[in-house]
Amino acid sequence: MSVLIYLIPISLFLGGIGLLAFFWAIKTKQFDDPDGNAARILFDDDAPDDEVG
Amino acid sequence: MNTAVCPACVAIPNEKIEQIRTDIGALEISVPTIHCAACIQKIERGLNALDCVLNARVNLSLKRVSIRHNDNPNCEDIIMDTLANLGFDAHLLDDHKLNQNGDDVGRGLLMRLGIAGFAAMNVMLLSVSVWAGADGLTRDFLHWVSAAIALPTVAYTAQPFFKNAYAALRVGQLNMDVPISLAILMAAGLSIYETFHGGEHAYFDAALSLTFFLLAGRYLDHQTRARARSAATALSALEVPRAQQIKDGQITTVNVSDLAINDRVLVRKGARIPVDAVIVKGQSDLDVSLISGETMLATVTVDDQVYAGTLNVGAPLEILVTQTGAGTKLAEIMDLIQQGENLKTKYTRLADRAAGIYAPLVHLLALVAFVFWQFYSGDTRLAVGIATAVLIITCPCALGLAVPAVMTAASGRLFRSGVLIKDGAALERLAGVDTVVFDKTGTLTTGEFSVISAPKGEDLQIAASLAAQSDHPIAQAIVQYGPNQSLLSLDHIKDTAGKGVSGMYHGQIVKLGHADWVGAEPVPNHVQTWLRIGQNPPVPFLFDDMLKDSAEPAIDALQKSGLRVVLLSGDTQSATDRLAKKLGIDDARGGVQPREKLQMVQSLGEHVLMVGDGLNDTAALAGAHVSMAPARAIDAARTASDFVLIKDDLMLIPDCIALAQSAKRRMLENFAIAGAYNAVAIPIALIGLATPLLAALAMSASSICVSLNALRLTKG
Repeated sequence: MSVLIYLIPISLFLGGIGLLAFFWAIKTKQFDDPDGNAARILFDDDAPDDEVG
Repeated sequence: MNTAVCPACVAIPNEKIEQIRTDIGALEISVPTIHCAACIQKIERGLNALDCVLNARVNLSLKRVSIRHNDNPNCEDIIMDTLANLGFDAHLLDDHKLNQNGDDVGRGLLMRLGIAGFAAMNVMLLSVSVWAGADGLTRDFLHWVSAAIALPTVAYTAQPFFKNAYAALRVGQLNMDVPISLAILMAAGLSIYETFHGGEHAYFDAALSLTFFLLAGRYLDHQTRARARSAATALSALEVPRAQQIKDGQITTVNVSDLAINDRVLVRKGARIPVDAVIVKGQSDLDVSLISGETMLATVTVDDQVYAGTLNVGAPLEILVTQTGAGTKLAEIMDLIQQGENLKTKYTRLADRAAGIYAPLVHLLALVAFVFWQFYSGDTRLAVGIATAVLIITCPCALGLAVPAVMTAASGRLFRSGVLIKDGAALERLAGVDTVVFDKTGTLTTGEFSVISAPKGEDLQIAASLAAQSDHPIAQAIVQYGPNQSLLSLDHIKDTAGKGVSGMYHGQIVKLGHADWVGAEPVPNHVQTWLRIGQNPPVPFLFDDMLKDSAEPAIDALQKSGLRVVLLSGDTQSATDRLAKKLGIDDARGGVQPREKLQMVQSLGEHVLMVGDGLNDTAALAGAHVSMAPARAIDAARTASDFVLIKDDLMLIPDCIALAQSAKRRMLENFAIAGAYNAVAIPIALIGLATPLLAALAMSASSICVSLNALRLTKG
């Protein structure tokens, strides 16, 4: 069972990376407009500046 | 080479730095009519195309646009004009105030939710090993790791519950957060005690998953509230009352509240009269429908008294302020609104009512369990363990998670179909309505005129040709009437303000306008205009208020679903009856004063839905059990209402009621599910058979059940 000594910290570390990514997403306001994000994925123009026609 | 000073700056092109440097201004603009993906694109494209705008981004959830712009002083005006040209009502928000409230609370809750979720999953994983049979040192080690994760997490993430519970206890009250906090604290405390003594049962996973589920509910609740609050502020601030004051021959725009008695004010055509006043110059027609509900235009001239809120549709007027503040007709109505609100029966939300029963019951159960086991076994450790298990198992997830989930799903659906809801409790109140009271003018009708009787042939052609020269609403109705008549060319066309239009046709004077101007006897009780060709006898055009397309199916749907529909109007009884007959409404009352409207709404029963748009409806809207206003209602009416229909479709009313009823049904179902699960789980906990595994299973299963049930609302 001594393998737990390694495995638990490793699993916590990997989970922690996910948690940090979540913090980053909150900080960059990616959860501020759920309705808008749901609508935006339907836009055709990924780059409105280089639009042709 | 300035840029080389910092290594990171090398990567940024010069123009970008230039942009960052000029990027000083930030604006928040509320646009309450954004509702779809197309609106987002339209606004963002329109604004991003402007020179002074660096970046514009729409927030659909809050119906706002955030703009970063260079500090060009005209930028604000340009942006507002652009939005108006795109067809959106918009107003600036005080950006300072916004950054301090709302968002931060939401983000804080989300942060806590993320941490609680992370910790709960990890501890659950460790607990699975314990449940699978780990014992001795391995079990103690797993418990210690769990404790190391759980204790700081609980201390941080469960703070919102602790704070609320403490606030309630300090004033000697019991709210839902008290049993929640107690359960979390006892679970954590008991577990750390067990861990110290190498015990078998630890409830770290329960403490964490309880926190996680309830935080999820708290976050949903916050989102719904934030959205409702945002809708309310956007609506109440939409019309900033301004007036055009004339001072020493100069016209300046001032706040209505700054006007004093004897100030001169200019009222442009198409503008609302801002204050109670008397006319000193000009002659015009006033649309008084929002004040009294009458469709007849009032013709006014010098020395006539005019009231705030009426709409000037004829010609520019100069008025002298006679009353300000208290004593104006508007202030009188505001008093009535206050009265209406006071008369409103207090409604306690379903969740609060349930919590009122739940909290004492749970405490009592836990106490009974503790006392019984203390005396029966004499083992305090066992007794505390059982009491804790009872607290954990009775977790109020149905209340704390399912009700917010239902509300979020329901308000999201309303929002998407074009309805703003200003108060979550209103949805519950709407579910119980048995009577729907409609205002007539502007609510069931469009407020525009349609011709009901007119001469034919050349007369009509001449009238249409004259009418085309004026933008008076009645003239517009004549232009739109009739099968594609070609317009005649007339000479010497003259638009006499407040009277009508005249011209020359084949050497004869032709006049279209007021009855007394053309020399005719007015028809009583009708909106009318007259045509006179030369010395021929004048011929009348009669008008009626145009019915909204959706009025008939909406009334029909309401009546079919067993609701009583009543029409209350400030317009004459005959006009009201005419409309009621057309729509199949049996109960129609005309000539109703604002005060009487409030009394009638109160006398029609306890569960009345009032739908109205005018100042004369406002008191009734405030006093009704629940109320709705169409988007084009005046701001006082929108502020007094619980729901605002952003889309001009009356079919939304039966839809809203149906949705409210199914939302309420979901909540009751969820209480039933929670009740059934507790009926099984509590006896098991009371006789001391509840293990941490059983507690975890039961709690998660019930939480998931009620959440899934709530989410059924988003479908269909």
